[in-house]
Amino acid sequence: MRFRGRSYVAFALAPEPPVADWLAEIDAWIRSSAGFFVGRPVVLDLAAVSLSSAGIAHLVSELEARDIRIMGLEGADPAALGPGLPPVLRGGRAASVAEPSAGAAAAVPEPKETSLLLDSPVRSGQSIFFPMGDVTVLGSIASGAEVVAGGSVHVYGTLRGRAMAGCNGNRRARIFCRRLEAELVAIDGYYRAADDIAPDLRSRPVQAWLEGTALSVTEIE
Amino acid sequence: MAKVLVVTSGKGGVGKTTSTAALGVALARNGQSVVVVDFDVGLRNLDLVMGAERRVVYDLINVIQGPVKLQQALIRDKRIETLSLLAASQTRDKDALTEEGVARVIAALRDRFDWIICDSPAGIERGATLAMRHADAAIVVANPEVSSVRDSDRIIGLLDAKTEKAEKGERIDKHLLITRYDPARVARAEMLSIDDVLEILSIPLIGIIPESEDVLRASNLGTPVTLSNPTSAPARAYADAARRLKGEDVEMSIPADKKGLFDKLFRRRAA
Repeated sequence: MRFRGRSYVAFALAPEPPVADWLAEIDAWIRSSAGFFVGRPVVLDLAAVSLSSAGIAHLVSELEARDIRIMGLEGADPAALGPGLPPVLRGGRAASVAEPSAGAAAAVPEPKETSLLLDSPVRSGQSIFFPMGDVTVLGSIASGAEVVAGGSVHVYGTLRGRAMAGCNGNRRARIFCRRLEAELVAIDGYYRAADDIAPDLRSRPVQAWLEGTALSVTEIE
Repeated sequence: MAKVLVVTSGKGGVGKTTSTAALGVALARNGQSVVVVDFDVGLRNLDLVMGAERRVVYDLINVIQGPVKLQQALIRDKRIETLSLLAASQTRDKDALTEEGVARVIAALRDRFDWIICDSPAGIERGATLAMRHADAAIVVANPEVSSVRDSDRIIGLLDAKTEKAEKGERIDKHLLITRYDPARVARAEMLSIDDVLEILSIPLIGIIPESEDVLRASNLGTPVTLSNPTSAPARAYADAARRLKGEDVEMSIPADKKGLFDKLFRRRAA
């Protein structure tokens, strides 16, 4: 019998006190991006809050009620945790691109794809997740489709669905499209739904980028 | 060589069954042997639209589960002898369709017919995915309205992912059939224009069927419109679509409100 170590990319959620307000924020996010967390591995980073074992258990069950499955905890004292809670993880790194860690079994590093080119339209219901870098779409992103990229998102057709750039915390990532009809654009978690985008940008070629904590959307000349 | 078509849409009520019957008649009238297969197990309708509901003895599920032979379940049309129907079962549900059984029936039909037209149920679940599974080409039926178009887009995504051809890395041919097109409502911007729909779905257009009383009347009488009233506008549009399916180059015209100059201005070819 052999045990092997593996490393994976997970989303880290870091609750901030007061936790009730933070949960309300999560709810607002889920309302605008239903199903975003479904099936995605999530780690709970508890460094910013001090919670008892019962408090942590309550928080984990609250998140599970929102379809967010917690695979591990970070920044918590393992001794203080009761049974039934996810294991405590250590050594997480912010640059969450899957890299073979030192001494891991993967000896031959495969050439890493740093961009993804899609030469057919992204259809409604499809979800493209590419945390390693930029995504370029030659066609359109349909209403009800989403593209999540670690880098920028470039759309040469019409952006009707959702585009989320910089999903690993890359604040310099941008979103470009030839024609904006988007349901939602987001960079590093800062987002704007269709209603929050100036109506005169509709059907225009635009780019979106982060200025501080504000998501700017402007027309490209 | 036999060609398997799936008529699909995602959304219900857009005209899949009506179009299956009308195209089946149009292809069979040209002398090709055609079978129309109802995949809407539990909610069968194709037998009604084809006017064969009183002649159904065995159905698709009987053939899949045995011991009924395909030959016993095929219902030959009384009006066009090259046209046959394989009905769905009304008393069962989609779980009665098995992957292996559908593969076997489609393979057997390929030996007998030039065209096998599969009428898909609405939705994206088992019945719909099995109906498209073995198709060589798909007819995506859409009404010029946003909900229908978005559902069609979803179905096109599934056609590119879940069909046998797609899994082998080949491309399945997709044809867009726009039904219930009402030029007056398009002019009042109550409906999407043909260009809007084509821009969103970006697949080639095979036909535009105008909204018409004739279609409804024909379905209720059990006589597809291409048979009951072949000179009507929708029947001619279906007949043209059938010729395009066979590879003929037929000019496409967008139905207009008033004949004349306006009509000519908006005349254009298929994408």
